[in-house]
Amino acid sequence: MQADRIGVLTGVHFIDGDFAAAEGAIAAGCRFAAGYPITPSTEVVERLASRFPFVGGLFIQMEDEIASSIAIQGAVWAGAKAITVSSGPGISLMAEHIGYAAMTETPCVFVNVQRGGPSTGLPTLPGQADVMQARWGSHGDYAIIALCPNSPQEAFDLAVTAFNFAERYRSPVMLLLDECIGHMLEKVVIPPADEIEVVPRRLTEKKPGDYLPYLPGDNMVPEMVKAGMGHRFHITGLTHDERGYPVMTAAAQEKLVRRLVDKIRLASRDLALYEARWLDDAEVVVLSYGITSRVVHRAVEVARERGAKVGQLRLKTIWPFPEHLIDQLLGGRVRSIVVPELNLGQLVLEVERTTRGRAKVVPIGHAGGTVHEVGVIVEAILEAAK
Amino acid sequence: MSEANTSEIRIAGFGGQGVILAGMILGKGATIFENRHATLVQSFGPEARGGSCSAQVVLSDQPIAYPYVARPRILVAMSQEAFERFAPDLAPNGLLVYEQDLVKVHDLRPDLRSFGIPATRIAEELRRRMVLNIVMVGFVAAVTGLVGVEAARKAVVDSVPKGTEHLNVTAFDKGCEYGRRLIAGGPAGEGKA
Repeated sequence: MQADRIGVLTGVHFIDGDFAAAEGAIAAGCRFAAGYPITPSTEVVERLASRFPFVGGLFIQMEDEIASSIAIQGAVWAGAKAITVSSGPGISLMAEHIGYAAMTETPCVFVNVQRGGPSTGLPTLPGQADVMQARWGSHGDYAIIALCPNSPQEAFDLAVTAFNFAERYRSPVMLLLDECIGHMLEKVVIPPADEIEVVPRRLTEKKPGDYLPYLPGDNMVPEMVKAGMGHRFHITGLTHDERGYPVMTAAAQEKLVRRLVDKIRLASRDLALYEARWLDDAEVVVLSYGITSRVVHRAVEVARERGAKVGQLRLKTIWPFPEHLIDQLLGGRVRSIVVPELNLGQLVLEVERTTRGRAKVVPIGHAGGTVHEVGVIVEAILEAAK
Repeated sequence: MSEANTSEIRIAGFGGQGVILAGMILGKGATIFENRHATLVQSFGPEARGGSCSAQVVLSDQPIAYPYVARPRILVAMSQEAFERFAPDLAPNGLLVYEQDLVKVHDLRPDLRSFGIPATRIAEELRRRMVLNIVMVGFVAAVTGLVGVEAARKAVVDSVPKGTEHLNVTAFDKGCEYGRRLIAGGPAGEGKA
């Protein structure tokens, strides 16, 4: 279906990634947000709080991040699309409820505007060191979807996509900005509402008594209900059967947890959003995401001017990790994959794992606080191209 | 980056002076009112006021891949610290625009041109010191031509709180007028330290 015209600020804007993410959420139909302020993510909820009164939405500043991360899930079961927003330290507090959303299959969006860490780290400066936290931050086995925009425009676009993926897979989705993208202002073109595709919640048409809340349907995803439709069942973080009742057996655990992981993992190709440049003749590929990809863009231009056959693969979807894209890269000319990121080696571990020795993988770690120097990436490319 | 009519600017001063808003107005003027492209990357400390604060602005006719500015063509310095820290980075034949009561220019490279304005004093004459950044934006528009004066004025109106449009447009026009007079004055206005 198409976006509700009321929520869409169609036009040309000059806004930062935080505001753009908020506008994307509203365009996607989000009408509930709960949060607790933290730099550099506060502008997202500021924007939601100022815009919601005009679109019939509700923002609650909660007592902390733990409460925020569960308040949104209450709102979802009441029928809303909902979001919470934070940065590293706050996301750590939300970790418990990210797992709860995965286990209860509550579609919702968590935004993490990454700053330098660990702990309170560098509040106003960038990092990309929450990449593994996004994947594994809550305990237990689960899968999650994580998207990384590299511009305010894409913060808008991928916020819409995050809600659409959340509904389609009934999963929490992590929108991973970094401080640079969050606080960077750039032109954002918001299209007319009828050009924005929005995935509605798939509510069951079954009558109370016939409906099994955790009976997998298409794509292994169960249909949903909302409070007030007349269905009575239990929503629990405990291992449960198709009726939603707790069942403390290995068989129930195997069935449920395997499905929760598989519904995301097996959809990896459908979820993989990316951008590729100059791969045709590439012997070296630089793989990046978020703000780092814009530094890489310049570095690849410089390295090509200096004769290196280098291409660029930019991931917009980092989780589930798009293993097939690495497979497609290899088997031909590509000898090396260079992976700069604003951490000391996180997503590069996935690249190494999926490359399985078929190419040399070159990490370019950076502890964060600023972006890489272009020259450092150029040198690594030229070295790899030798 | 000279292709595609690209300009790189750094605006720097204290937190609370409206450094980021000044950059935002230039970017908004270029993107919304001239249909060009702009990026603004901001850096600031955890303090709300008083710390050093700067914006890196790139304006171009084409989409901008790399939003960082290592050697800006133009530096807008609104504090002494900003001048000391960033003036050495100016590109060859670059331009320094500065608040002349807050910045004491010294040892300027001979290839650089400079234009100063007492923006704080002009803002105080309007009884609102806080509009000094808008005075500065008017001045920058007039002396650099980065963004058309009309586009920049529209961006001011679009960016300031409702009810303060008149004050801000007046501040913008004062800065603009000062800049035009300085340029009309020819070499006498230039290279002034």
